[in-house]
Amino acid sequence: MTPGSGLHLKTFFLLLIMVIFGPLGDVLLSKGMKDLGEIPNWSPAELAHLFVAIFTSGMIWLGIVSLIGFFVAYTLVLSWADYSFVQPASSFSYGVVALLGHFALGEVITPLRWAGILVICCGVLIVGHTPPRTTDHTTPEPTMEPTTTLERG
Amino acid sequence: MIEIILVFGIVVIGTGGEICLTRAMKTIGEVHDFRPRALLNVFGRAMRVGWMWIALLLMAAGFFSLLGMLSLENVSFVVPVTALSYVVGAYGGALFLGEKVTRQRWLGVLLVCIGVTMVWKGRG
Repeated sequence: MTPGSGLHLKTFFLLLIMVIFGPLGDVLLSKGMKDLGEIPNWSPAELAHLFVAIFTSGMIWLGIVSLIGFFVAYTLVLSWADYSFVQPASSFSYGVVALLGHFALGEVITPLRWAGILVICCGVLIVGHTPPRTTDHTTPEPTMEPTTTLERG
Repeated sequence: MIEIILVFGIVVIGTGGEICLTRAMKTIGEVHDFRPRALLNVFGRAMRVGWMWIALLLMAAGFFSLLGMLSLENVSFVVPVTALSYVVGAYGGALFLGEKVTRQRWLGVLLVCIGVTMVWKGRG
């Protein structure tokens, strides 16, 4: 195996993890929230009760772990691959989440929604083909630091 | 009405958090060393930047908005709608980070908006 093919393999493996774990995390969160039931009212007491229920739900924790898996793969792949390559490649997640929603949760997806997802993927592909860095790296950053800043790196 | 507020939370507040995160990481500077010890050092420096704390607060609000929305709507509806963050990201990047948003990027953002409108209309 050449070093180039090894890099390709590594990149596509991590992209695969992203495209699986990101939507899977969303679907698990959705299942977890649906299991908790509809929120009857949005009063502070009800929200506090919901907050406790969220963090004692195994399904939601599985979703969070899955999203952490996505985030780790995303961060790692960005350490060598171009952002302009990774971002459009990850747009397939929108399609995967719809497929998972349909097959795992039994959601009904109308043709218009499928078409909308396809248009979103096209939009993300176009955004991803624009230069990933448009700011000048040598110029100083604008002075927008909030007063809470403790240290400048 | 609550759905609009939650979408606002996911898209505007959540993306606002990501913009603050970008601002914080730009303050830290580009990361070259990816060894665990060096990454821990970057993490420690990042946590001393005020923008990072604002980012975490806003992103947490965005996450809970996502959970709220997922309790009301199907995931195959909610996740595509979150693509509106590309619109907020393009505006926010241009306004607050001085990024140059090209015509091509605006075209992509426009397509995302059209797609989200179709997803919204196709709720069934």
